[in-house]
Amino acid sequence: MAPLLQSSQPWVEKYRPKQIKDVAHQDEVVRVLTNTLETANCPHMLFYGPPGTGKTTTALAIAHQLYGPELYKSRVLELNASDDRGINVVRTKIKDFAAVAVGSGQRQGVYPCPPYKIIILDEADSMTEDAQNALRRTMETYSKVTRFFFICNYISRIIEPLASRCAKFRFKPLPEEIMSNRILHICNEEGLTLETEALSTLSSVSQGDLRRAITYLQGAARLFGSSISSKDLISVSGAIPREVTEAIYAACKNGDFDLANKEVNDVIAEGYPVSQMLAQLFEVVVEVDDISDEQKARICKSLATADKCLVDGADEYLQLLDVVSNTMRSLCNMPQEFSYDI
Amino acid sequence: MLWVDKYRPKTLDQVIVHQETAENLKKLVTEQDCPHLLFYGPSGSGKKTLIMALLRQIFGTSAEKVKVENRTWKIDAGSRTIDLELTTLSSTNHVELSPSDAGFQDRYIVQEIIKEMAKNRPIDTKGKKGYKVLVLNEVDKLSREAQHSLRRTMEKYSASCRLILCCNSSSKVTEAIRSRCLNVRINAPKEEQIVKVLEFIGKKEGLQLPPGFAARVADKSNRSLRRAILSFETCRVQQYPFSSNQAIPPMDWEEYVSEICSDIMREQSPKRLFQVRGKLYELLINCIPPEIILKKLLSELLKKLDEELKHEVCHWAAYYEHRMRMGQKAIFHLEAFVAKFMSIYKAFLIATFG
Repeated sequence: MAPLLQSSQPWVEKYRPKQIKDVAHQDEVVRVLTNTLETANCPHMLFYGPPGTGKTTTALAIAHQLYGPELYKSRVLELNASDDRGINVVRTKIKDFAAVAVGSGQRQGVYPCPPYKIIILDEADSMTEDAQNALRRTMETYSKVTRFFFICNYISRIIEPLASRCAKFRFKPLPEEIMSNRILHICNEEGLTLETEALSTLSSVSQGDLRRAITYLQGAARLFGSSISSKDLISVSGAIPREVTEAIYAACKNGDFDLANKEVNDVIAEGYPVSQMLAQLFEVVVEVDDISDEQKARICKSLATADKCLVDGADEYLQLLDVVSNTMRSLCNMPQEFSYDI
Repeated sequence: MLWVDKYRPKTLDQVIVHQETAENLKKLVTEQDCPHLLFYGPSGSGKKTLIMALLRQIFGTSAEKVKVENRTWKIDAGSRTIDLELTTLSSTNHVELSPSDAGFQDRYIVQEIIKEMAKNRPIDTKGKKGYKVLVLNEVDKLSREAQHSLRRTMEKYSASCRLILCCNSSSKVTEAIRSRCLNVRINAPKEEQIVKVLEFIGKKEGLQLPPGFAARVADKSNRSLRRAILSFETCRVQQYPFSSNQAIPPMDWEEYVSEICSDIMREQSPKRLFQVRGKLYELLINCIPPEIILKKLLSELLKKLDEELKHEVCHWAAYYEHRMRMGQKAIFHLEAFVAKFMSIYKAFLIATFG
């Protein structure tokens, strides 16, 4: 029997801001919502922006602050992509919940408890268009007693009629110093020490996504103990060390096919995920100055083709080899067309 | 018992190759609750060995008493019920299975089994609730839907059930799952490490190793430890005492593929293509996966080709492998690759020699 230890909560949940004013860097939204808290008046909302910028956090925080723990269960319906959200759910569950009338707005203690319910639709961009269409009328019919909060990454996937019914807020990616502040705060609370370079590594591997940064941090802390170096973070995040990508690029530049083949074999044997490799190779290619735009374009095209093939489930080794061979031909100005292909 | 099994490290302390990873894993499970884990790396690198050792570390020796079961699940899928049969390997504290065996119905397996595991949660002598471990093999072969339902179940039942996922390429596992697990990359052992293991086995077996012999075995193994140990044992059976220039027998199917390779280099004609088809069928019938055949064929061809042809051939290999994955019948695409190669090579010969 395994000893059961205190089940550790993910830090992402533990350090999720509980109040609107703690949400970092999204001033505009925070201002509007603080106003809402005072007047208890709130339009339909649409939050969009890249992952890990605080959209869900904000929605949950405002719901909690409006209703308090007691009423929260009966007033808020939260659905995300892992729940079934086909057109049937919209027609039944959402509509039923939206239709229920609520009592008059009695202020309970510190909570305003306005006379409407909130439905939070997380990851709304993965809803089908039909389901979204079915929502249109529901939103208007029950607007007296229900407010909708849509949360999504890509606003273009939300149909125009829905978007036009909502107040839209864009969530910006977090800049490095705000992220560092949060991370250092967590490190303090958990008693971790970060080595000097680790902080900047963490922001570069997580690319403005605070949730990802915190997940990596927790992973590293569990695996490597309380003192964390940038190497540990790279190994937890699944990123590929820069030397490896550069070795591949150098081999392409060199123009020797067998050498490149050897490098590709090594990458596969080391177990690096090739999709990650393509992403990092892309960064290298875009940043390099000494090649022409046309060469860059060609390389990017081959990267894109390979990425699609990988998604279809093609073999990693062959795809990477194909990319490397294409890159080599572009870099060394070999002919692009195959000469013996009839 | 085969040496591969005989000398498989049983505990995390005995591990020779991935010592650092083993240390970290040990720390992980002793200090606190174990998170979900995702092991990824090429085959023969020791993922399974580490997982078994880790289970032993958590549950003690009871994790080793496993029984193989062939179970049927009745699954209620809305309007109809589905019968699914699956082989599981289980001890009191863990269940191991390859859900991808269920084919396109893998989603139900994922949902049903985890639900069942979560329902009967083990309780220890002190009445405290423990957790079970579910080891899922080949997660990269799971369908998208199965992976999506997995991520929901991972959260819902995380109190009573820990998942250990094992796969070859983590590109095929969705980001949503990867971000919920602690990712552990297991790299293929370096040749020096393989040599070390072979020498260790040699010492235990009381064998005389001529200098450089282990290094040659390691060199032939393509950095797969399992393969190195297997061919080491084959050598032992073939000839002992070892002579320093003893040939290390290649795998049968590899020899067969290189035969195909030299066939198509020698003659490019419909007649030869027909013969090659027979050989490819022979390989497929013997359960050699088609993508392995294609990769081996490519690597054999690359050894013999001119520099300018290499780019072309490797492009087409990638192209046909992708199509093979999208299509149904592997033989069409293997044959198409061979035909393509013949056409290219013939054109090259004509252009060069007239």
